[in-house]
Amino acid sequence: MIHSLFLINCSGDIFLEKHWKSVVSQSVCDYFFEAQEKAIDVENVPPVISTPHHYLISIYRDKIFFVSVIQTEVPPLFVIEFLHRVADTFQDYFGECSETAIKDNVVIVYELLEEMLDNGFPLATESNILKELIKPPTILRSVVNSITGSSNVGDTLPTGQLSNIPWRRAGVKYTNNEAYFDVVEEIDAIIDKSGSTVFAEIQGVIDSCIKLSGMPDLSLSFMNPRLLDDVSFHPCIRFKRWESERVLSFIPPDGNFRLISYRVSSQNLVAIPVYVKHMISFKENTSSGRFDVTIGPKQNMGKTVEGVVMTVHMPKAVLNMNLTATQGSYTFDPVTKVLTWDVGKITPQKLPNLKGIVNLQSGAPKPEENPSLNIQFKIQQLAISGLKVNRLDMYGEKYKPFKGVKYITKAGKFQVRT
Amino acid sequence: MTDSKYFTTTKKGEIFELKAELNSDKKEKKKEAVKKVIASMTVGKDVSALFPDVVNCMQTDNLELKKLVYLYLMNYAKSQPDMAIMAVNTFVKDCEDPNPLIRALAVRTMGCIRVDKITEYLCEPLRKCLKDEDPYVRKTAAVCVAKLHDINAQLVEDQGFLDTLKDLISDSNPMVVANAVAALSEIAESHPSSNLLDLNPQSINKLLTALNECTEWGQIFILDCLANYMPKDDREAQSICERVTPRLSHANSAVVLSAVKVLMKFMEMLSKDLDYYGTLLKKLAPPLVTLLSAEPELQYVALRNINLIVQKRPEILKHEMKVFFVKYNDPIYVKLEKLDIMIRLASQANIAQVLAELKEYATEVDVDFVRKAVRAIGRCAIKVEQSAERCVSTLLDLIQTKVNYVVQEAIVVIKDIFRKYPNKYESVIATLCENLDSLDEPEARAAMIWIVGEYAERIDNADELLESFLEGFHDESTQVQLQLLTAIVKLFLKKPTETQELVQQVLSLATQESDNPDLRDRGYIYWRLLSTDPVAAKEVVLAEKPLISEETDLIEPTLLDELICYIGTLASVYHKPPSAFVEGSRGVMHKSLPPRMGSDESPESPDTAPSGGPAADQPSVIPTQGDLLGDLLNLHLGTPVSAPPVATPTVQMGAVDLLGGGLDALMGGSDGIFVPAPNTAAPTNVGPPLGTGLGDLFDLTGGVGTLSGSYVAPKTVWLPAMKAKGLEISGTFSRQVGSISMDLVLTNKALQVMSDFAIQFNRNSFGLAPAAPLQVHAPLAPNQSVEISLPLNTVGSVMKMDPLNNLQVAVKNNIDVFYFSTLYPLHILFVEDGKMERQMFLATWKDIPNENETQFQIKDCSLNADAVSSKLQGSNIFTIAKRNVEGQDMLYQSLKLTNGIWVLAELRIQPSNPSFTLSLKCRAPEVSQYVYQAYETILKN
Repeated sequence: MIHSLFLINCSGDIFLEKHWKSVVSQSVCDYFFEAQEKAIDVENVPPVISTPHHYLISIYRDKIFFVSVIQTEVPPLFVIEFLHRVADTFQDYFGECSETAIKDNVVIVYELLEEMLDNGFPLATESNILKELIKPPTILRSVVNSITGSSNVGDTLPTGQLSNIPWRRAGVKYTNNEAYFDVVEEIDAIIDKSGSTVFAEIQGVIDSCIKLSGMPDLSLSFMNPRLLDDVSFHPCIRFKRWESERVLSFIPPDGNFRLISYRVSSQNLVAIPVYVKHMISFKENTSSGRFDVTIGPKQNMGKTVEGVVMTVHMPKAVLNMNLTATQGSYTFDPVTKVLTWDVGKITPQKLPNLKGIVNLQSGAPKPEENPSLNIQFKIQQLAISGLKVNRLDMYGEKYKPFKGVKYITKAGKFQVRT
Repeated sequence: MTDSKYFTTTKKGEIFELKAELNSDKKEKKKEAVKKVIASMTVGKDVSALFPDVVNCMQTDNLELKKLVYLYLMNYAKSQPDMAIMAVNTFVKDCEDPNPLIRALAVRTMGCIRVDKITEYLCEPLRKCLKDEDPYVRKTAAVCVAKLHDINAQLVEDQGFLDTLKDLISDSNPMVVANAVAALSEIAESHPSSNLLDLNPQSINKLLTALNECTEWGQIFILDCLANYMPKDDREAQSICERVTPRLSHANSAVVLSAVKVLMKFMEMLSKDLDYYGTLLKKLAPPLVTLLSAEPELQYVALRNINLIVQKRPEILKHEMKVFFVKYNDPIYVKLEKLDIMIRLASQANIAQVLAELKEYATEVDVDFVRKAVRAIGRCAIKVEQSAERCVSTLLDLIQTKVNYVVQEAIVVIKDIFRKYPNKYESVIATLCENLDSLDEPEARAAMIWIVGEYAERIDNADELLESFLEGFHDESTQVQLQLLTAIVKLFLKKPTETQELVQQVLSLATQESDNPDLRDRGYIYWRLLSTDPVAAKEVVLAEKPLISEETDLIEPTLLDELICYIGTLASVYHKPPSAFVEGSRGVMHKSLPPRMGSDESPESPDTAPSGGPAADQPSVIPTQGDLLGDLLNLHLGTPVSAPPVATPTVQMGAVDLLGGGLDALMGGSDGIFVPAPNTAAPTNVGPPLGTGLGDLFDLTGGVGTLSGSYVAPKTVWLPAMKAKGLEISGTFSRQVGSISMDLVLTNKALQVMSDFAIQFNRNSFGLAPAAPLQVHAPLAPNQSVEISLPLNTVGSVMKMDPLNNLQVAVKNNIDVFYFSTLYPLHILFVEDGKMERQMFLATWKDIPNENETQFQIKDCSLNADAVSSKLQGSNIFTIAKRNVEGQDMLYQSLKLTNGIWVLAELRIQPSNPSFTLSLKCRAPEVSQYVYQAYETILKN
């Protein structure tokens, strides 16, 4: 099981360590640093490293490496999932998962880690339960605490811990009862040079914010549930109901949580909302090239495509770029060679275009690689897969809640090859 | 107000200041001080000097302060054991607290204090907590048993905590069940032979019920535990599968993968004709694909596992090729894995898409990735015959880019394509030759040289090309030198007239100016072949090469089956069985897939069946877990041409004196064709095939006579009459056609009649136990003896003894109970089916780490190799292969113990030397010494 955890920042300082069994010396991280050096890019550090006596399993999140030390055969996914859960919890507690936030709250961090893992076995990882055990820091509370001398550790048994619904605490009370669902879909796609789709799928999630008193029992039904054939559920969902009736039936956790995530992949179902016309070329021996990109709307179901941003990793040999944008603004970072064009909203009457001259290092050979264009966009009020919520019913409680559903489509890993 | 204030240091005496604050009267100040101490501790500062002061703060009713002090205690108790004992009383008191949170906290913390003295005090509170009315306390206590076991295993067993833990599997609360399973699994890992998790249909049912209700982490423990269960028939397997399938939709990827493991394993038992089998296959694909949309670290682990799954059951993901397409901002470790799987899924149906993708990848920035992509194109050509042409043209396009490393990789893979489809694509040679000058990597140079040599007759200036390489011969790497030597010899055999000078030059460079033995030996072989019989040389050197096939990069099927049982674990990430790398896996537990039932198929599922026909008659280097895109050039080095037997050429020995003895080594089993000095005078007739190197290594005639049973030592006195009130027992052990027996002589040296004999064995290392009661029919009169053969089996309970072969026996008669212990020879445990397949032998030998190899000397044994192997075979030590190296006989042998442990042996016999060298390799190295003793006993008697 998980033996120890080290938190390491990008410059290689170990700024927190926690051991659940015997103490493992910091020097074990040297193997990690070695791998990190070899990988050059922080993202490329392999997640599983073996050392003579231990295994190091790490994740990289928000500029922090979470490096766990294990000694016996443990499922690596288990460890990785847990580490992500730790990062999520920090995010949840401190609003951000950063070195400063962790250092500012080091004692809470330590208490949390102690609650989350016992002898390497996960103990309480649900945010609802953790918050009952250890109260998140707020400015108000720390002032109150310092006056009254009370602490931020709860001294009652978290009610959810033992019930059949460990994700919900008892005695929840709100004056305004509300339940909101965000259907968020991200399009992952690879578009080839000629504009045809090599690969496309939709990764969707339904994130919920539920503030309902008591023990509400909800069921959420869809107009077209058959779209959902590959779904991962929050533990609260009754699998049998879904299998037989295609209805999501559940007693929700309190607060924000991800209800389901799903994938829609058969290609003809995936509409691609934008197209890109591009011309990027480098001339032999002149140390310059041309760059001309136009973005336009495609199957956007009559909605506006907005928040469009294009980023391009230009080849190393590119020194500078002299471009004119008909819309939005662009920046080119000569160090990382990243071109970013913030387009904004696409209006079909006047398509945004960015063109101009690329300056190459003099004498350098013509770059071989073709840079890929990474596109981001947003479409409000639309779930591109066509998924629609039909109705939400509540049982078990008397009051009438406010209900709401919001749809949004975004670009995920949306890449256009040139 | 944040915690960062705790890090600010004031002036000099930080510890001193903290000490003062800890001893302050004000509660608030105390708490702040403890927080400061904890903060220092988290960054690795040593604050152990404050131990007594912090412990003093422990007696408080403030829960937060208590928790903080506990945190501190856990960290430093080890370094201050005497001080830690002061805390014991508080712990014991807290375990009785009315608040279950405090009870649980106390029992949890106590377990984390790794001090022997404290653990003694822990037992009583722990026992109470295991039966606590509150499930929260019970589940915490379950984990505490595992903690305690880690510190003091004996104590846990003595106190009977293991049984209590087993009872908790039937607890009413699912979380308690899950934690009990987790704790037992962890304990079982250090006790591989103990039947801690003895699963039966009832307990399985309990686990499956708990599975639906416990937390995600608990589900992982339960699923992993289920995977070790062996259902009794396909019905049971199916019903478990049905209840596990819903887990595939869990949001936690570790739950999903553990469920996949259970399903993959139990599926093995289902008949393929079953509708359910097809349904299950369909259900497995979506969750696996979903794993690929998670964070990159999860993707990596998922991909390593998918790599195994597509080898075992390609049908699951055959339509999902596109999800493995690489995105340019994937981390490199994800990219490389995706590429690997793309090739495995490549088929005629999707090859066009795959090639288009690969070509795209070949223009990316990352050099490693580009190289692998180029290699992948070559693999596709070899795997999907219909696409070969397209692949070759793609590769040629890539060569035209003139990007140096792309060109070099392309040449390496084109060489492989030539090996697979000879005489088909040679038209591209001209293009390749244009790029000769730009090659600077040894692998590419060697590949190019191989091509030039192989197709010398079609390249007009082949001699010039090779000559240009020869100029810098000394600076080349060995790989290139070897290729160059072979290529020039080929060229000479094809165009003898113009190249005589060249071949002489290369032979003298190789034999006289090189320090590398491989190169020298190969030089000598060619030299001798050429000078004795050019016709034979031609047949050997220019023989048709076996075609390469894609199977060489698949994982060997038995290993694959084992790895399928380890889906989701580290083993699946490394593609090695855990015994090969996990430190502290003290025993070797080999997991295997259950046999299929209810259909007429062979136990081995058909799609994994033979790992490749060609590999069978080409017993060379089988890259068992080699990189998929591993280099095939070495195959050529390792596979000396498998020539058809040469028609008995007559060898003029005079010409070959320069060769000395080194040759025999390479000639393998052919018993000394070129016998050195002594009989040079007469021309020798040469019969056996030449140059089959490793191939011949295993060509052993199996005509070893089988004896009826293994060696039986003479009886010795085990229990002298003096010690047993007149009963003398002498005996020995024997093994005959698969059954072990203990042959006893009981002698009555007392004055009264003895009767009512009974015998019992203590637990021992191999579970030896009497298979029948000791039957002495008539009472034993004074001065009478009786001979009894007591049949034994190996199904008794197991406990590791020291020495390993120690057996403690209790014998009872009407007078008393007597105890004695004896050592049994290990060879009675060697089973009859201990003969390993050659391929397996090679793979296993390589697979067992070198640390596990032990060497022994067997002195004063005058037998020759054949006598040795027949003698050993009598005791179930099987000779798998024999070869002769530099006058020494090497015997490769295998044996298997009753508990399934394989031992591999290499026995070196020098004709003139009565000392043999025995090297033993075994995954459980502790048995080696006893196997050696068995060897010695068998050989010397």
